[in-house]
Amino acid sequence: MSVVKKRRKDLTIFQKLYIPEIVKGMLLTFKHLFGPKFTRQYPEVRYEQPDSYRGRPVLVQENGKERCVACGLCSRVCPALAIEVQAVETEDEKERYPNLFEINMLRCIFCGFCEEVCPEEAIIMSKDYELTFTKYEDAIFGKDKLLVPVESLKGRIEFLRKYR
Amino acid sequence: MDIVFALIKIVIAVAVLLFMVTYLVYFERKISAWIQDRIGPNRVGWGGLLQSPADVLKLFFKEDIVPRAANKFVHSLAPVISLTIAFITYTVIPIGNDIQLFGYNIKLVVADVDAGILFILAFTSIGVYGITLSGWGSNNKYSLLGGLRSSAQMISYELSMGISVVGVLMLAGSLKISDIINYQSGWMWNAILQPIGFITFVVAAFAETNRLPFDLPEAEPELVGGYHTEYSSLKFAMFFLAEYANMIVASALISALYLGGWNLPFVHDLGLNPTLTILFQITTYFIKILCVLFFFIWVRWSIPRFRYDQLMSLGWKVMLPLSLINLIWVAFLIYVFKI
Repeated sequence: MSVVKKRRKDLTIFQKLYIPEIVKGMLLTFKHLFGPKFTRQYPEVRYEQPDSYRGRPVLVQENGKERCVACGLCSRVCPALAIEVQAVETEDEKERYPNLFEINMLRCIFCGFCEEVCPEEAIIMSKDYELTFTKYEDAIFGKDKLLVPVESLKGRIEFLRKYR
Repeated sequence: MDIVFALIKIVIAVAVLLFMVTYLVYFERKISAWIQDRIGPNRVGWGGLLQSPADVLKLFFKEDIVPRAANKFVHSLAPVISLTIAFITYTVIPIGNDIQLFGYNIKLVVADVDAGILFILAFTSIGVYGITLSGWGSNNKYSLLGGLRSSAQMISYELSMGISVVGVLMLAGSLKISDIINYQSGWMWNAILQPIGFITFVVAAFAETNRLPFDLPEAEPELVGGYHTEYSSLKFAMFFLAEYANMIVASALISALYLGGWNLPFVHDLGLNPTLTILFQITTYFIKILCVLFFFIWVRWSIPRFRYDQLMSLGWKVMLPLSLINLIWVAFLIYVFKI
Protein backbone atom coordinates (compact mmCIF):
# COMPACT_ATOMS: atom_id res chain seq x y z
CA MET A 1 0.00 0.00 0.00
CA SER A 2 1.46 3.25 -1.01
CA VAL A 3 0.55 6.33 0.92
CA VAL A 4 -0.67 9.22 -1.16
CA LYS A 5 1.32 12.17 0.05
CA LYS A 6 -0.45 15.47 -0.16
CA ARG A 7 1.75 18.20 -1.51
CA ARG A 8 2.15 21.43 0.33
CA LYS A 9 0.49 23.19 -2.54
CA ASP A 10 -1.65 21.03 -4.78
CA LEU A 11 -1.88 22.08 -8.40
CA THR A 12 -5.21 23.21 -9.72
CA ILE A 13 -6.75 21.38 -12.67
CA PHE A 14 -5.86 24.32 -14.87
CA GLN A 15 -2.20 23.90 -13.95
CA LYS A 16 -2.32 20.12 -14.25
CA LEU A 17 -3.34 20.43 -17.90
CA TYR A 18 0.17 21.84 -18.54
CA ILE A 19 -0.91 23.41 -21.81
CA PRO A 20 -1.82 26.90 -20.48
CA GLU A 21 1.41 27.06 -18.49
CA ILE A 22 3.42 25.95 -21.50
CA VAL A 23 1.75 28.63 -23.63
CA LYS A 24 2.59 31.22 -20.97
CA GLY A 25 6.24 30.19 -20.99
CA MET A 26 6.42 30.16 -24.76
CA LEU A 27 4.93 33.67 -24.95
CA LEU A 28 7.59 34.85 -22.51
CA THR A 29 10.41 33.45 -24.62
CA PHE A 30 8.77 34.92 -27.73
CA LYS A 31 8.83 38.36 -26.12
CA HIS A 32 12.55 37.95 -25.46
CA LEU A 33 13.19 37.27 -29.15
CA PHE A 34 12.78 40.98 -29.79
CA GLY A 35 13.95 42.34 -26.45
CA PRO A 36 17.17 44.29 -25.92
CA LYS A 37 20.35 42.21 -26.10
CA PHE A 38 23.02 42.21 -23.43
CA THR A 39 25.97 40.96 -25.45
CA ARG A 40 29.09 43.14 -25.48
CA GLN A 41 30.95 42.89 -28.80
CA TYR A 42 34.22 42.30 -26.96
CA PRO A 43 37.24 43.32 -28.99
CA GLU A 44 35.44 46.39 -30.31
CA VAL A 45 33.47 47.35 -27.22
CA ARG A 46 35.46 47.05 -24.02
CA TYR A 47 34.56 46.79 -20.40
CA GLU A 48 35.27 49.98 -18.42
CA GLN A 49 36.70 48.68 -15.17
CA PRO A 50 36.12 50.51 -11.90
CA ASP A 51 39.22 51.73 -10.03
CA SER A 52 38.94 48.80 -7.64
CA TYR A 53 39.82 46.39 -10.46
CA ARG A 54 43.02 44.39 -10.00
CA GLY A 55 44.67 43.71 -13.35
CA ARG A 56 48.34 42.93 -13.90
CA PRO A 57 50.77 44.60 -11.49
CA VAL A 58 52.92 47.36 -12.99
CA LEU A 59 55.79 49.56 -11.77
CA VAL A 60 55.06 53.27 -11.54
CA GLN A 61 57.32 55.39 -13.72
CA GLU A 62 57.84 59.00 -12.61
CA ASN A 63 60.08 61.49 -14.47
CA GLY A 64 61.38 58.63 -16.63
CA LYS A 65 62.48 56.57 -13.62
CA GLU A 66 60.84 53.94 -11.48
CA ARG A 67 59.62 54.94 -8.02
CA CYS A 68 60.75 51.60 -6.66
CA VAL A 69 63.51 51.67 -4.04
CA ALA A 70 64.07 47.91 -4.27
CA CYS A 71 63.22 47.23 -0.62
CA GLY A 72 62.05 43.76 -1.62
CA LEU A 73 58.86 43.80 0.48
CA CYS A 74 56.68 42.87 -2.50
CA SER A 75 58.92 39.95 -3.29
CA ARG A 76 58.78 38.89 0.37
CA VAL A 77 54.97 39.15 0.65
CA CYS A 78 54.12 37.54 -2.69
CA PRO A 79 52.28 34.30 -1.87
CA ALA A 80 53.00 32.84 -5.29
CA LEU A 81 56.71 33.77 -5.25
CA ALA A 82 56.28 35.53 -8.56
CA ILE A 83 58.44 38.63 -7.98
CA GLU A 84 62.21 38.85 -8.12
CA VAL A 85 64.07 42.05 -7.22
CA GLN A 86 67.79 42.85 -7.35
CA ALA A 87 68.84 46.12 -5.76
CA VAL A 88 71.67 48.41 -6.87
CA GLU A 89 72.87 51.68 -5.38
CA THR A 90 72.35 54.98 -7.15
CA GLU A 91 73.41 58.66 -6.75
CA ASP A 92 69.75 59.71 -6.59
CA GLU A 93 67.96 60.84 -3.46
CA LYS A 94 66.32 57.44 -3.02
CA GLU A 95 69.77 55.76 -2.91
CA ARG A 96 68.60 52.35 -4.23
CA TYR A 97 66.87 51.16 -7.36
CA PRO A 98 66.19 47.74 -8.85
CA ASN A 99 68.39 46.86 -11.77
CA LEU A 100 66.33 43.68 -12.18
CA PHE A 101 62.61 43.53 -11.47
CA GLU A 102 60.79 40.49 -12.83
CA ILE A 103 57.24 39.27 -12.34
CA ASN A 104 56.45 35.81 -13.56
CA MET A 105 52.94 36.25 -14.93
CA LEU A 106 52.35 32.51 -14.96
CA ARG A 107 52.70 32.53 -11.15
CA CYS A 108 51.00 35.84 -10.35
CA ILE A 109 47.58 35.37 -8.78
CA PHE A 110 46.52 39.04 -8.90
CA CYS A 111 46.03 39.19 -5.13
CA GLY A 112 47.36 42.74 -4.86
CA PHE A 113 49.49 42.07 -1.74
CA CYS A 114 52.53 43.65 -3.41
CA GLU A 115 50.59 46.84 -3.99
CA GLU A 116 49.29 46.83 -0.44
CA VAL A 117 52.68 46.35 1.17
CA CYS A 118 54.63 48.82 -0.99
CA PRO A 119 55.76 51.84 1.07
CA GLU A 120 56.49 54.00 -1.98
CA GLU A 121 53.30 53.42 -4.05
CA ALA A 122 55.69 52.05 -6.63
CA ILE A 123 53.88 48.85 -7.64
CA ILE A 124 50.25 49.25 -8.65
CA MET A 125 47.61 46.92 -10.03
CA SER A 126 46.70 48.23 -13.47
CA LYS A 127 43.49 47.60 -15.43
CA ASP A 128 45.22 45.48 -18.07
CA TYR A 129 43.84 41.95 -18.15
CA GLU A 130 44.74 40.86 -21.67
CA LEU A 131 47.78 38.69 -21.00
CA THR A 132 48.72 36.22 -23.67
CA PHE A 133 52.03 34.60 -24.33
CA THR A 134 53.14 31.66 -26.39
CA LYS A 135 56.50 30.98 -24.70
CA TYR A 136 57.58 30.57 -21.09
CA GLU A 137 60.19 33.31 -21.57
CA ASP A 138 57.49 35.72 -22.70
CA ALA A 139 55.59 35.15 -19.47
CA ILE A 140 58.33 36.66 -17.32
CA PHE A 141 57.75 40.40 -17.47
CA GLY A 142 60.89 42.47 -16.98
CA LYS A 143 61.22 46.18 -16.34
CA ASP A 144 60.61 46.99 -20.01
CA LYS A 145 57.07 45.63 -19.79
CA LEU A 146 56.36 46.59 -16.20
CA LEU A 147 57.15 50.32 -16.26
CA VAL A 148 54.05 52.43 -16.83
CA PRO A 149 53.92 56.24 -16.59
CA VAL A 150 52.20 57.54 -13.47
CA GLU A 151 49.64 59.59 -15.44
CA SER A 152 47.83 56.51 -16.69
CA LEU A 153 47.50 55.06 -13.20
CA LYS A 154 45.93 58.08 -11.52
CA GLY A 155 42.53 56.52 -10.91
CA ARG A 156 43.94 53.53 -9.09
CA ILE A 157 46.34 55.62 -6.97
CA GLU A 158 43.50 57.90 -5.89
CA PHE A 159 41.39 54.86 -5.06
CA LEU A 160 44.20 53.45 -2.94
CA ARG A 161 44.71 56.70 -1.04
CA LYS A 162 41.00 56.88 -0.29
CA TYR A 163 40.34 53.32 0.81
CA ARG A 164 43.62 51.72 1.87
CA MET B 1 14.69 9.84 -69.66
CA ASP B 2 13.02 8.91 -66.39
CA ILE B 3 16.37 7.88 -64.95
CA VAL B 4 17.88 11.24 -65.83
CA PHE B 5 15.02 13.06 -64.15
CA ALA B 6 15.26 10.78 -61.13
CA LEU B 7 19.00 11.45 -60.82
CA ILE B 8 18.50 15.21 -61.16
CA LYS B 9 15.79 15.08 -58.54
CA ILE B 10 18.00 13.08 -56.16
CA VAL B 11 20.85 15.57 -56.54
CA ILE B 12 18.52 18.51 -55.97
CA ALA B 13 16.85 16.84 -52.98
CA VAL B 14 20.16 16.01 -51.28
CA ALA B 15 21.58 19.46 -52.03
CA VAL B 16 18.49 21.21 -50.69
CA LEU B 17 18.41 19.00 -47.63
CA LEU B 18 22.09 19.55 -46.82
CA PHE B 19 21.72 23.29 -47.37
CA MET B 20 18.66 23.40 -45.14
CA VAL B 21 20.39 21.39 -42.40
CA THR B 22 23.43 23.69 -42.45
CA TYR B 23 21.33 26.78 -42.15
CA LEU B 24 18.91 25.20 -39.70
CA VAL B 25 21.83 24.94 -37.27
CA TYR B 26 22.58 28.63 -37.83
CA PHE B 27 18.88 29.44 -37.46
CA GLU B 28 18.69 27.50 -34.20
CA ARG B 29 21.79 29.18 -32.77
CA LYS B 30 20.45 32.60 -33.70
CA ILE B 31 16.99 32.00 -32.25
CA SER B 32 18.35 30.46 -29.07
CA ALA B 33 20.60 33.48 -28.68
CA TRP B 34 17.75 35.92 -29.20
CA ILE B 35 15.55 34.10 -26.71
CA GLN B 36 18.35 34.32 -24.15
CA ASP B 37 18.92 38.04 -24.90
CA ARG B 38 22.18 37.37 -26.72
CA ILE B 39 23.20 38.19 -30.29
CA GLY B 40 24.37 34.80 -31.52
CA PRO B 41 27.01 33.96 -34.14
CA ASN B 42 27.87 37.14 -36.07
CA ARG B 43 31.60 36.94 -36.79
CA VAL B 44 32.10 34.44 -39.64
CA GLY B 45 30.77 35.82 -42.91
CA TRP B 46 28.01 38.39 -43.19
CA GLY B 47 26.11 38.39 -39.91
CA GLY B 48 27.56 34.95 -39.11
CA LEU B 49 26.13 33.34 -42.25
CA LEU B 50 29.29 31.28 -42.84
CA GLN B 51 29.42 29.97 -39.25
CA SER B 52 27.82 26.59 -40.02
CA PRO B 53 29.93 25.84 -43.12
CA ALA B 54 32.99 26.74 -41.05
CA ASP B 55 31.89 24.33 -38.33
CA VAL B 56 31.39 21.54 -40.87
CA LEU B 57 34.86 22.22 -42.28
CA LYS B 58 36.29 22.10 -38.77
CA LEU B 59 34.65 18.72 -38.12
CA PHE B 60 36.30 17.39 -41.30
CA PHE B 61 39.75 18.07 -39.88
CA LYS B 62 39.10 16.65 -36.42
CA GLU B 63 40.70 13.43 -35.30
CA ASP B 64 38.41 10.43 -35.50
CA ILE B 65 38.62 8.64 -32.15
CA VAL B 66 37.29 5.11 -31.65
CA PRO B 67 37.40 3.77 -28.08
CA ARG B 68 39.66 0.73 -27.68
CA ALA B 69 36.89 -1.34 -26.09
CA ALA B 70 34.28 -0.41 -28.69
CA ASN B 71 32.91 -2.77 -31.28
CA LYS B 72 34.53 -1.10 -34.27
CA PHE B 73 32.10 -2.37 -36.90
CA VAL B 74 28.95 -1.42 -34.99
CA HIS B 75 30.52 1.80 -33.85
CA SER B 76 31.04 2.98 -37.40
CA LEU B 77 27.85 1.43 -38.76
CA ALA B 78 25.52 3.32 -36.43
CA PRO B 79 26.01 6.87 -37.77
CA VAL B 80 25.67 5.57 -41.32
CA ILE B 81 22.30 4.04 -40.44
CA SER B 82 21.12 7.25 -38.79
CA LEU B 83 22.08 9.47 -41.69
CA THR B 84 20.85 7.13 -44.44
CA ILE B 85 17.45 6.76 -42.79
CA ALA B 86 17.14 10.50 -42.35
CA PHE B 87 17.83 11.05 -46.05
CA ILE B 88 15.70 8.16 -47.30
CA THR B 89 12.54 9.41 -45.61
CA TYR B 90 12.95 12.65 -47.47
CA THR B 91 12.53 10.96 -50.86
CA VAL B 92 8.79 10.28 -50.59
CA ILE B 93 7.80 13.77 -49.48
CA PRO B 94 6.45 15.72 -52.47
CA ILE B 95 6.94 19.48 -52.63
CA GLY B 96 4.22 20.29 -55.14
CA ASN B 97 1.75 19.03 -57.73
CA ASP B 98 2.96 17.63 -61.06
CA ILE B 99 4.59 20.29 -63.22
CA GLN B 100 4.66 20.48 -67.05
CA LEU B 101 8.15 21.38 -68.24
CA PHE B 102 9.63 21.00 -71.78
CA GLY B 103 6.75 18.71 -72.71
CA TYR B 104 7.41 16.33 -69.84
CA ASN B 105 5.13 15.69 -66.88
CA ILE B 106 7.50 16.01 -63.92
CA LYS B 107 6.50 14.83 -60.50
CA LEU B 108 7.96 17.00 -57.76
CA VAL B 109 8.96 14.04 -55.61
CA VAL B 110 11.97 11.73 -55.84
CA ALA B 111 10.05 8.47 -55.41
CA ASP B 112 6.29 8.58 -55.83
CA VAL B 113 5.50 5.69 -53.51
CA ASP B 114 1.82 4.81 -53.13
CA ALA B 115 2.25 3.81 -49.49
CA GLY B 116 4.23 6.96 -48.70
CA ILE B 117 3.15 7.31 -45.07
CA LEU B 118 3.83 3.65 -44.33
CA PHE B 119 7.25 4.05 -45.95
CA ILE B 120 8.10 6.98 -43.71
CA LEU B 121 6.81 5.32 -40.54
CA ALA B 122 8.72 2.14 -41.35
CA PHE B 123 11.98 3.92 -42.01
CA THR B 124 11.81 6.21 -39.00
CA SER B 125 11.42 3.04 -36.94
CA ILE B 126 14.65 1.72 -38.42
CA GLY B 127 16.23 4.99 -37.34
CA VAL B 128 16.05 3.69 -33.76
CA TYR B 129 18.72 1.13 -34.67
CA GLY B 130 21.19 3.88 -35.49
CA ILE B 131 20.94 5.34 -32.00
CA THR B 132 20.61 2.05 -30.13
CA LEU B 133 23.57 0.48 -31.93
CA SER B 134 25.69 3.55 -31.34
CA GLY B 135 24.87 3.25 -27.65
CA TRP B 136 25.75 -0.42 -27.56
CA GLY B 137 28.76 -0.30 -29.87
CA SER B 138 30.58 2.47 -28.00
CA ASN B 139 30.96 0.30 -24.89
CA ASN B 140 30.24 3.24 -22.62
CA LYS B 141 27.66 3.38 -19.87
CA TYR B 142 26.34 6.79 -20.83
CA SER B 143 26.01 5.86 -24.47
CA LEU B 144 24.27 2.63 -23.57
CA LEU B 145 21.79 4.43 -21.32
CA GLY B 146 21.13 6.96 -24.06
CA GLY B 147 20.56 4.22 -26.61
CA LEU B 148 18.23 2.30 -24.30
CA ARG B 149 16.22 5.39 -23.50
CA SER B 150 15.94 6.27 -27.15
CA SER B 151 14.65 2.84 -28.16
CA ALA B 152 12.08 2.77 -25.35
CA GLN B 153 10.97 6.30 -26.08
CA MET B 154 10.69 5.90 -29.82
CA ILE B 155 8.74 2.68 -29.57
CA SER B 156 6.25 4.19 -27.09
CA TYR B 157 5.69 7.31 -29.13
CA GLU B 158 5.50 5.52 -32.46
CA LEU B 159 2.19 4.04 -31.29
CA SER B 160 0.45 7.32 -30.65
CA MET B 161 2.02 8.72 -33.80
CA GLY B 162 0.71 5.84 -35.90
CA ILE B 163 -2.77 6.05 -34.42
CA SER B 164 -2.98 9.80 -34.98
CA VAL B 165 -1.94 9.25 -38.59
CA VAL B 166 -4.79 6.73 -38.97
CA GLY B 167 -7.20 9.61 -38.42
CA VAL B 168 -5.67 11.44 -41.37
CA LEU B 169 -5.77 8.32 -43.53
CA MET B 170 -9.45 7.72 -42.74
CA LEU B 171 -10.36 11.16 -44.03
CA ALA B 172 -8.13 11.17 -47.10
CA GLY B 173 -8.66 7.50 -47.99
CA SER B 174 -5.09 7.18 -49.28
CA LEU B 175 -1.59 6.50 -48.05
CA LYS B 176 -0.04 8.68 -50.74
CA ILE B 177 1.17 11.99 -49.33
CA SER B 178 0.24 14.02 -52.42
CA ASP B 179 -3.32 12.63 -52.23
CA ILE B 180 -3.54 13.55 -48.56
CA ILE B 181 -2.35 17.09 -49.28
CA ASN B 182 -4.74 17.54 -52.21
CA TYR B 183 -7.58 16.33 -50.01
CA GLN B 184 -6.92 19.25 -47.65
CA SER B 185 -7.56 21.94 -50.30
CA GLY B 186 -9.35 25.04 -49.10
CA TRP B 187 -9.72 25.17 -45.36
CA MET B 188 -10.10 21.39 -44.94
CA TRP B 189 -6.79 21.30 -43.05
CA ASN B 190 -6.50 18.31 -40.77
CA ALA B 191 -5.21 20.55 -37.97
CA ILE B 192 -8.64 22.22 -37.94
CA LEU B 193 -10.71 19.07 -38.48
CA GLN B 194 -8.90 16.98 -35.85
CA PRO B 195 -7.05 19.23 -33.40
CA ILE B 196 -6.43 16.43 -30.89
CA GLY B 197 -4.76 14.29 -33.52
CA PHE B 198 -2.65 17.29 -34.54
CA ILE B 199 -1.42 17.81 -30.99
CA THR B 200 -0.65 14.13 -30.40
CA PHE B 201 1.17 13.91 -33.72
CA VAL B 202 3.27 16.99 -33.01
CA VAL B 203 4.17 15.74 -29.53
CA ALA B 204 5.05 12.32 -30.93
CA ALA B 205 7.14 13.96 -33.65
CA PHE B 206 9.08 15.82 -30.98
CA ALA B 207 9.73 12.53 -29.22
CA GLU B 208 10.67 10.77 -32.46
CA THR B 209 13.22 13.40 -33.43
CA ASN B 210 14.64 13.54 -29.86
CA ARG B 211 13.97 17.25 -29.60
CA LEU B 212 14.09 19.04 -26.33
CA PRO B 213 11.15 18.33 -24.09
CA PHE B 214 11.92 14.69 -24.92
CA ASP B 215 15.64 14.71 -25.67
CA LEU B 216 16.40 12.08 -23.03
CA PRO B 217 18.71 10.02 -25.28
CA GLU B 218 21.23 12.85 -25.15
CA ALA B 219 20.25 14.58 -21.91
CA GLU B 220 23.50 16.48 -21.36
CA PRO B 221 23.28 16.99 -17.58
CA GLU B 222 22.70 13.29 -16.91
CA LEU B 223 24.39 11.38 -19.73
CA VAL B 224 27.34 13.59 -20.78
CA GLY B 225 26.42 13.45 -24.46
CA GLY B 226 24.07 10.46 -24.54
CA TYR B 227 24.42 8.06 -27.43
CA HIS B 228 27.08 10.14 -29.21
CA THR B 229 29.39 10.55 -26.22
CA GLU B 230 32.10 8.43 -27.85
CA TYR B 231 31.81 9.93 -31.31
CA SER B 232 34.04 12.54 -32.82
CA SER B 233 34.89 14.10 -36.15
CA LEU B 234 32.77 13.13 -39.14
CA LYS B 235 30.87 10.37 -37.33
CA PHE B 236 29.64 12.94 -34.86
CA ALA B 237 28.82 15.24 -37.75
CA MET B 238 26.73 12.44 -39.28
CA PHE B 239 24.66 12.11 -36.09
CA PHE B 240 24.31 15.86 -35.98
CA LEU B 241 23.20 15.99 -39.61
CA ALA B 242 20.79 13.12 -39.05
CA GLU B 243 19.20 14.86 -36.08
CA TYR B 244 18.56 18.04 -38.02
CA ALA B 245 17.52 16.20 -41.19
CA ASN B 246 15.01 14.26 -39.09
CA MET B 247 13.72 17.55 -37.77
CA ILE B 248 13.18 18.81 -41.32
CA VAL B 249 11.44 15.58 -42.34
CA ALA B 250 9.22 15.77 -39.26
CA SER B 251 8.21 19.36 -39.95
CA ALA B 252 7.62 18.57 -43.63
CA LEU B 253 5.42 15.70 -42.52
CA ILE B 254 3.52 17.82 -40.01
CA SER B 255 2.81 20.51 -42.57
CA ALA B 256 1.89 17.89 -45.19
CA LEU B 257 -0.45 15.84 -43.02
CA TYR B 258 -2.04 18.52 -40.85
CA LEU B 259 -1.34 22.00 -42.18
CA GLY B 260 -2.55 21.45 -45.75
CA GLY B 261 0.88 21.05 -47.37
CA TRP B 262 1.11 23.38 -50.35
CA ASN B 263 -2.56 24.43 -50.13
CA LEU B 264 -3.35 28.06 -49.53
CA PRO B 265 -7.10 28.73 -49.70
CA PHE B 266 -7.11 31.70 -52.08
CA VAL B 267 -4.42 30.62 -54.56
CA HIS B 268 -6.87 29.58 -57.26
CA ASP B 269 -8.67 32.92 -57.06
CA LEU B 270 -5.51 34.74 -58.12
CA GLY B 271 -5.85 33.42 -61.68
CA LEU B 272 -2.15 32.64 -62.19
CA ASN B 273 -1.02 30.29 -64.96
CA PRO B 274 -0.43 26.66 -63.90
CA THR B 275 3.37 26.83 -63.61
CA LEU B 276 3.27 29.98 -61.51
CA THR B 277 0.57 28.46 -59.32
CA ILE B 278 2.80 25.47 -58.66
CA LEU B 279 5.79 27.68 -57.87
CA PHE B 280 3.56 29.63 -55.49
CA GLN B 281 2.47 26.38 -53.88
CA ILE B 282 6.07 25.23 -53.43
CA THR B 283 6.94 28.51 -51.69
CA THR B 284 3.87 28.14 -49.50
CA TYR B 285 4.96 24.66 -48.52
CA PHE B 286 8.49 25.77 -47.68
CA ILE B 287 7.19 28.68 -45.63
CA LYS B 288 4.97 26.28 -43.70
CA ILE B 289 7.94 23.97 -43.10
CA LEU B 290 9.99 26.92 -41.89
CA CYS B 291 7.23 27.95 -39.50
CA VAL B 292 7.06 24.44 -38.05
CA LEU B 293 10.86 24.39 -37.76
CA PHE B 294 10.73 27.69 -35.92
CA PHE B 295 8.15 26.14 -33.62
CA PHE B 296 10.49 23.18 -32.98
CA ILE B 297 13.33 25.53 -32.05
CA TRP B 298 11.11 27.84 -30.04
CA VAL B 299 9.82 24.93 -27.96
CA ARG B 300 13.34 23.66 -27.41
CA TRP B 301 14.47 26.92 -25.83
CA SER B 302 11.33 27.37 -23.73
CA ILE B 303 10.43 24.06 -22.12
CA PRO B 304 12.59 22.05 -19.71
CA ARG B 305 13.27 18.35 -20.17
CA PHE B 306 10.85 15.67 -18.93
CA ARG B 307 11.90 13.14 -16.35
CA TYR B 308 12.13 9.63 -17.77
CA ASP B 309 9.13 8.17 -15.91
CA GLN B 310 7.08 11.27 -16.76
CA LEU B 311 7.96 10.74 -20.40
CA MET B 312 6.82 7.14 -20.34
CA SER B 313 3.61 7.81 -18.43
CA LEU B 314 2.83 10.70 -20.77
CA GLY B 315 3.37 8.45 -23.77
CA TRP B 316 1.29 5.53 -22.58
CA LYS B 317 -1.31 7.11 -20.29
CA VAL B 318 -2.03 10.39 -22.06
CA MET B 319 -0.91 10.34 -25.67
CA LEU B 320 -2.22 6.89 -26.55
CA PRO B 321 -5.77 7.45 -25.16
CA LEU B 322 -5.86 10.91 -26.73
CA SER B 323 -5.00 9.56 -30.15
CA LEU B 324 -7.68 6.89 -29.73
CA ILE B 325 -10.20 9.62 -28.84
CA ASN B 326 -9.13 11.41 -32.00
CA LEU B 327 -9.81 8.23 -33.98
CA ILE B 328 -13.36 8.08 -32.61
CA TRP B 329 -13.82 11.78 -33.35
CA VAL B 330 -12.78 11.29 -36.98
CA ALA B 331 -15.13 8.32 -37.31
CA PHE B 332 -17.89 10.54 -35.89
CA LEU B 333 -17.05 13.25 -38.45
CA ILE B 334 -17.23 10.79 -41.30
CA TYR B 335 -20.46 9.20 -40.04
CA VAL B 336 -22.31 12.47 -39.36
CA PHE B 337 -21.03 14.89 -42.01
CA LYS B 338 -20.21 12.27 -44.67
CA ILE B 339 -16.92 14.07 -45.54
